[in-house]
Amino acid sequence: MSEALLQCSAVSKHFGGLIALNQVDFAVHPGEVVALLGDNGAGKSTLIKCISGVHRPDGGQITFGGVDITGNSPAVTREQGIETIYQDLALAENLDVGANVFLGKEKLKRVFGVIPVTDDDYMRQQAQGVLDRLDIHIPSLKQRLVNLSGGQRQAVAIARAIYWNARLVVMDEPTAALGVPEQRKVLDLIRLLRSQNVSVILISHTLHDVMQVADRIVIMRRGKVAANMPREGATEEIIVRHMVGTAEAAG
Amino acid sequence: MATTAAAPTRSRTTTTLLNLLARSWAYLFLIAMVLFFSITGPGFFSVNNFSNILVTSTLVGLMAIGQTYVVITAGIDLSIGWTVGLASVVAARTMRDLANGGMDIAPAMLLGIALALLVSLIPGVINGLLIGRVRIPPFIATLGMFGIVRGAAFLLTDGQQVVGQLPDALRDVLRALGSGSLVYLIPGQGVAWLARPDGLPPEVIRGVAPLLPYPVIITAIVVLIFAFILGRTRFGRHTYAIGGNPEASLRAGINVKNHLVWIYVLSAFTAGIAGVLYLFRFTSGAPQAGEAALLQSVAAVVIGGTSLFGGEGRISGAVIGALIIGVLQTGLVILNVDAVWQFIVVGIVIIVAVLVNQLQASLERLRSNV
Repeated sequence: MSEALLQCSAVSKHFGGLIALNQVDFAVHPGEVVALLGDNGAGKSTLIKCISGVHRPDGGQITFGGVDITGNSPAVTREQGIETIYQDLALAENLDVGANVFLGKEKLKRVFGVIPVTDDDYMRQQAQGVLDRLDIHIPSLKQRLVNLSGGQRQAVAIARAIYWNARLVVMDEPTAALGVPEQRKVLDLIRLLRSQNVSVILISHTLHDVMQVADRIVIMRRGKVAANMPREGATEEIIVRHMVGTAEAAG
Repeated sequence: MATTAAAPTRSRTTTTLLNLLARSWAYLFLIAMVLFFSITGPGFFSVNNFSNILVTSTLVGLMAIGQTYVVITAGIDLSIGWTVGLASVVAARTMRDLANGGMDIAPAMLLGIALALLVSLIPGVINGLLIGRVRIPPFIATLGMFGIVRGAAFLLTDGQQVVGQLPDALRDVLRALGSGSLVYLIPGQGVAWLARPDGLPPEVIRGVAPLLPYPVIITAIVVLIFAFILGRTRFGRHTYAIGGNPEASLRAGINVKNHLVWIYVLSAFTAGIAGVLYLFRFTSGAPQAGEAALLQSVAAVVIGGTSLFGGEGRISGAVIGALIIGVLQTGLVILNVDAVWQFIVVGIVIIVAVLVNQLQASLERLRSNV
């Protein structure tokens, strides 16, 4: 197998007495869609927050493209090519589409040749470009997000990740709040990313989604990796047994 | 993502109109009040009075500028009232002591201004560190600072209400600038620059009106700079983003902690400017200089359409809010209305402002859904 793009080795994280991650080993290869599964509180969210830099691991190491990124800030992690789309989308709903795609990385221009100001037209134009590429339609990019539908907001979040040419996109429950046509669209987008050699970590409770797009399935339970298997050959029954912990008992 | 069922055109037009009305109500309200007082209040409609209202509004206006930044981040700064006083006291003491020590007036004044502005930043930095890094709620952190700065200001005046014994020469220069104007309007004779002209007949002197008072010019410059920063720069964009969704801002790589420190420093800074201007206008430094103006600054911000929940607001709104309060107070005085009624009227206006802003938010949602 090719060398891993992302490699988590023995990553641990605890909050007070609660051990959220216990020596987790986890790898993603280039162009691979890895589904990260587990019951609530299994440690999925903590793991991706360690990867994206929101949490600093208490132990272990995370490398990305061979570079040690353990404990980097969210900003540095994004610069290195990891974009995260959280379940709550992490958008500023009081700002417009362009401002959100460029949030934290605003494009600037200079007035009078010296004073840097935000280049809002450029940002909207670029946002339009990436939305077109993804075949997503939003009537006016001057709309503040608070006035958009749930599906449109999800689209903005995905567009933001893709615009920055991420090498790894982390998606936390990307289809949870969407209608059926929009869910399909998101799955198509994941396939599109894979075809462009972008890796995806997909967190989902919807096994149907997972079975459709994942290459590999990693199941977490109580802060540990309980199973790591290729999608081919996996059945929903096996997955559920690993999630609830009856797989080991059954041998 | 497709358009849902089309609503009747008429209701859409009505909604748009209502929306426009709700958006600009503060401007309309200000105009209506000026008209009302002009008709009912003898002497209200005069250049002298308008100039006076502008000068009076600078204190609340300057404080409201910094407060707008704070409120957009969903915070509040209760300490700036006493920061105004602290700055005026530091400026007055420094100028007095340096002048009494034999220094020329001009350098003594410049040093006093610089030191006052520097000292005014201290409560801002501490507020920002407590709120941004230690995560103490803004209300509590700045309430604590309210008391600390208050005490510090009174310590510097040895418990007195004012910094006393300013040398006459210093007082004269302060008054010339603080009560001066770049341009004076002389009825029937045009304008004069920099100073009131000498040798005019008494009936003309009474009509001479300051057209561009220095405090108003200074405040206008501060307004323009801070409006520019908020509306056009990355710093302003991040201010809105943090107010709209602090978690998203953090994840997007915005340094939220440092940004909040800067926000409270800016707030303290505009209060510091207000304190220095207070010294120039009243030729005295007083710990309680901004006490009453604190809540008025919050009122001005809210009347101007800034949401206390964060993420929304403009400097122009704060300016309009400060002017509304200034016009109300002056107008009611001219109408001989008992001062206690000012509190009641301003209170009603604040509540109406919040109601209208809520209405506007729901109208915007309604409009975008049709």
